[in-house]
Amino acid sequence: MSLKPSSGSAEFVHPGASRGLLDVFSHRYLLTLLIRKEVQVRYRGSVLGWLWSYVKPTAQFIVFFLALGVFLRLNATMEMYPIYLFSGLIVINFFNEAFSNGTRSIVDNGSLIKKIYLPREMFPVSSTIVAFVNFLPQLVVTIIVCLVVGWHPEPLQVLGVLVGLVIIAVLATGLGMFFGAINVSFRDSQNFVELIVLIVTWASPVLYPWTTVRDAAPDWLLQIYLTNPVTVAVELFHAGLWYPTTSGSPDLPPDLFAHAALGLAISLAVLALGQFVFRRLEGRFAQDL
Amino acid sequence: MLKTSDEDVRIIIRDVSKRFVLRHTHSFKETFVALIKRKKLATTFDALHDVDITIREGESVALLGYNGSGKSTLLKLISGVLRPDAGEVLTRGRIAGLIEVGAGFHPDLSGRENIYLNAAILGMSKKEIDERYDDIVEFSEIAQFIDTEVKHYSSGMFVRLAFAVAIHTTLDILLVDEVLAVGDEPFQKKCLDKIRELQSQGKTVVVVSHALDTVASLCSRGVLIEKGRVVFDGDSREAVARMRGK
Repeated sequence: MSLKPSSGSAEFVHPGASRGLLDVFSHRYLLTLLIRKEVQVRYRGSVLGWLWSYVKPTAQFIVFFLALGVFLRLNATMEMYPIYLFSGLIVINFFNEAFSNGTRSIVDNGSLIKKIYLPREMFPVSSTIVAFVNFLPQLVVTIIVCLVVGWHPEPLQVLGVLVGLVIIAVLATGLGMFFGAINVSFRDSQNFVELIVLIVTWASPVLYPWTTVRDAAPDWLLQIYLTNPVTVAVELFHAGLWYPTTSGSPDLPPDLFAHAALGLAISLAVLALGQFVFRRLEGRFAQDL
Repeated sequence: MLKTSDEDVRIIIRDVSKRFVLRHTHSFKETFVALIKRKKLATTFDALHDVDITIREGESVALLGYNGSGKSTLLKLISGVLRPDAGEVLTRGRIAGLIEVGAGFHPDLSGRENIYLNAAILGMSKKEIDERYDDIVEFSEIAQFIDTEVKHYSSGMFVRLAFAVAIHTTLDILLVDEVLAVGDEPFQKKCLDKIRELQSQGKTVVVVSHALDTVASLCSRGVLIEKGRVVFDGDSREAVARMRGK
């Protein structure tokens, strides 16, 4: 126990007043412990343990590959369809996991939030990082497969993949904060998020090529479709990982990097909105949980 | 009126009110039924009314009152878990709250992992925890189970560990809510000794408890709260006597 007065000259503060997301970064050590805890307890008590984070995407991949690749013949009409499918699926899974866990994170940590003050943004942020930890091995598998079939990484491709990751992480955190804060008073929120998650997989070119939308939908709809930040991230992954393994004949969406900049801007705006709503509702967390 | 510049003031509670809104309806259907039956959709409950308290460095204050009088709400306002609806709460220095022992403990983690997690939740850095780790384990007296998962602990062991962590955090203000009744008698005595040690170091202590004689001996000042209002603020023995007299 220290005998010196630890902060005798400290200023007066309003307890519970936070600087929002900034506080999360000043509590990095706590953040790492919360993430480590989530990672440790996630598959505790299961025999397969962390193998589950490989089993699930593999099963998902097989189902989609059989249904769409084989039965609907996409494998025959698209070059390297398995890589196309997998590189998109892992992005969607990262987004969905970060988003839905972030939404539930406040309610799930209710017992803590009600008793001890700590920056509550910790929970959605750690959900996103835990989802990222879960996503990394899947990305490694994808990269290995791409390298085996002849991918020579170029800086622009790697940059695209990284930008895609940032878009997803920022967007999922912002949405997680937004819906997580609302979820405290209205549990409808998490059901609504489950609905969104269901749609997201189909609202981006993950299972089918974007050209099918171009050929079927009017131009204004196509523009909306291509502006969706999740679509942008998925296409950045396709451009970085899948496209180089093809002969170069498939079409990539036009102005991909302009869309990437726009997608990043939209994600940051969503994060700002999430933070704003979170702060407005935060004062009621401890009494409504 | 005290100024915030007073040097030895640690906690200022100025005209604080806290009101809870209790919603009676939780779905469209219930709201609709309640509207038709002309029932109230929500009622408000005033937990605290114009509470005005200033606590100085080195002072020990017991918050007294019956269940539902608003003591715990006041403690939560000081810790920052709740925010006041009117008035303001100001604190100076690091606060450690023993609001409920074991909040933030994870049953699937070992005692060692929980010490680090809980201490970090209470605002300690890695370096500080490393320094105090041995003291914490020694205080808890459960060194041989420290690498066992907490879910296998008896409730007494659990409470010992949780209390040991909280009491060893770096703090200027210690908030204690009903946790003095934990553990067996020797451990309780040890906890009280530890709190007295903090008092002698000039730390500020705010205690909520129904163990009236214990708090009266631990704290010099008593604040009696009744239905959200401060009805007495002075010598702790007198406060206890007034509470018993009613």
